[in-house]
Amino acid sequence: MGEKKTITLTVTRYRPEQEESPTEQSYEVEFRDDWVVLDALNHIKDRVDGTLSFRWSCRMGVCGSCGMMVNGVPKLTCAAFLRDYYPGEVRVEPLVNFPILRDLVVDIDDFMQKLKAVKPWIVRREEKPVAEGEYLQTPDQLAEYKQFSMCINCLLCYAACPVYGLEPEFIGPAAIALAHRYNLDSRDEGREGRKQVIASSAGIWECTFVGECTEVCPKDVDPAAAIQRTKVATTTDWVKSILWPWGKR
Amino acid sequence: MSESEPEYPYKAYRRPMPATWWLRNRKYFMFMMRELSSVFVALFVLLYLYAFFLLSKGPVVYGEFQKSLRSGGFIAFYVVALLFAVYHSCTWFRLAAKIQVVRLGRWTVPGSLVTAGAFAGWVVVSAAVITFFAM
Amino acid sequence: MDKGEPFWWGMFSVGGVVAALLVPIHIFLDGLAVPLGLLRADALSYERMLALVGHPLFKIYLFVLVVLPLYHAAHRIRFSLYDLGVKEFRISMDALCYGGALVGTGVVAYVLWGLL
Repeated sequence: MGEKKTITLTVTRYRPEQEESPTEQSYEVEFRDDWVVLDALNHIKDRVDGTLSFRWSCRMGVCGSCGMMVNGVPKLTCAAFLRDYYPGEVRVEPLVNFPILRDLVVDIDDFMQKLKAVKPWIVRREEKPVAEGEYLQTPDQLAEYKQFSMCINCLLCYAACPVYGLEPEFIGPAAIALAHRYNLDSRDEGREGRKQVIASSAGIWECTFVGECTEVCPKDVDPAAAIQRTKVATTTDWVKSILWPWGKR
Repeated sequence: MSESEPEYPYKAYRRPMPATWWLRNRKYFMFMMRELSSVFVALFVLLYLYAFFLLSKGPVVYGEFQKSLRSGGFIAFYVVALLFAVYHSCTWFRLAAKIQVVRLGRWTVPGSLVTAGAFAGWVVVSAAVITFFAM
Repeated sequence: MDKGEPFWWGMFSVGGVVAALLVPIHIFLDGLAVPLGLLRADALSYERMLALVGHPLFKIYLFVLVVLPLYHAAHRIRFSLYDLGVKEFRISMDALCYGGALVGTGVVAYVLWGLL
């Protein structure tokens, strides 16, 4: 057998109980052609350094837990193949624009609050009683919002968004995309209520359409499109309210 | 998420965001260039208005200005402005397709086609302008 | 819910369309082609321009061409300042940007209908 190939992973370490600010640690890991960065991290944790902390779960790009910066790009580490970086160094850092709790784990409470604020569920003026049966929806109606429903809350878009980095109160791509998803859902009646949050100055108007959120999204949600379309819809509503103030809302 | 759980006892580390964040990679840099293009667009339309202002001052003043447009400085400015303006147009038509979903009946026009249509419109309008002024 | 933002964003959008469609060809025509002699020398001559500017439709065309991109630029400059890290004096900066566009509107109207 030939000499074992290795690859270097340089990982952010932050142990708040023993240091003031983050440091780095390099590990030399066996390179396997079918390994992803997450496999390498788990190898490190299992065999080399059990103190390394990071989030992960499904290993297949549906849970949204393993988002980290890989060579400066927000990625799901379960979807970033070592072979795409080999033989170069792989730098793994916690998602930017979030406070670091420990090592590669970031505080996502801010996002969780914002997500709740946009009410990402079917909002009805009056709940339909169970006896009346289920909501019916045609394939076309589903197609309207399906793309935006694919969000796995991985927060890569927040790491990619410079506006979120500069303005921490910005609602952010995923939250707005999910609000849009529900606004487009034929069963939903919550659009006006969501507007208070979405069309506030911390909402869609902060966005300057950098577009990086869409570039890094692993599920092709296209949050940038969701935000811009919401800007158009909100502006159209506003024009209508000026020209036809008596119109039905 | 908060009240019933114990507070995390350690301080979370906030990484500062430098004002030079847009120099970090090519995509961010091109975004800034796109934003900068609006400055050149504004400068051009103001210069264009200035020409008409001078028009009201009579043929001598206007003629002097038209002559000064041949100077290296102005030409260089207009070349740079043209590059930025074209960049604005290209990015604008590409992004407009994302913003405006075009439907013909039940068929949703794919974004690339919308962009192509916008570019075609740009060519037609430009041809019309050139024809009107210079033919 | 912000009541003012839709207006400025709307103006930014319309201005962006005008800038995208018309500005490049005009830069080429007025800034490069005529001064460099690529097209007929009298394309922008005094007599020809004065005659054109007499038409009300042409004045409207000029108004649209000059004014709307100003709103586009004002909005973009405002947000670029935020993107460059400006956090203090935001209201003053916003007022300067949009104020500039508003003043520009007045100046253009004065030149086109007051002077010419």
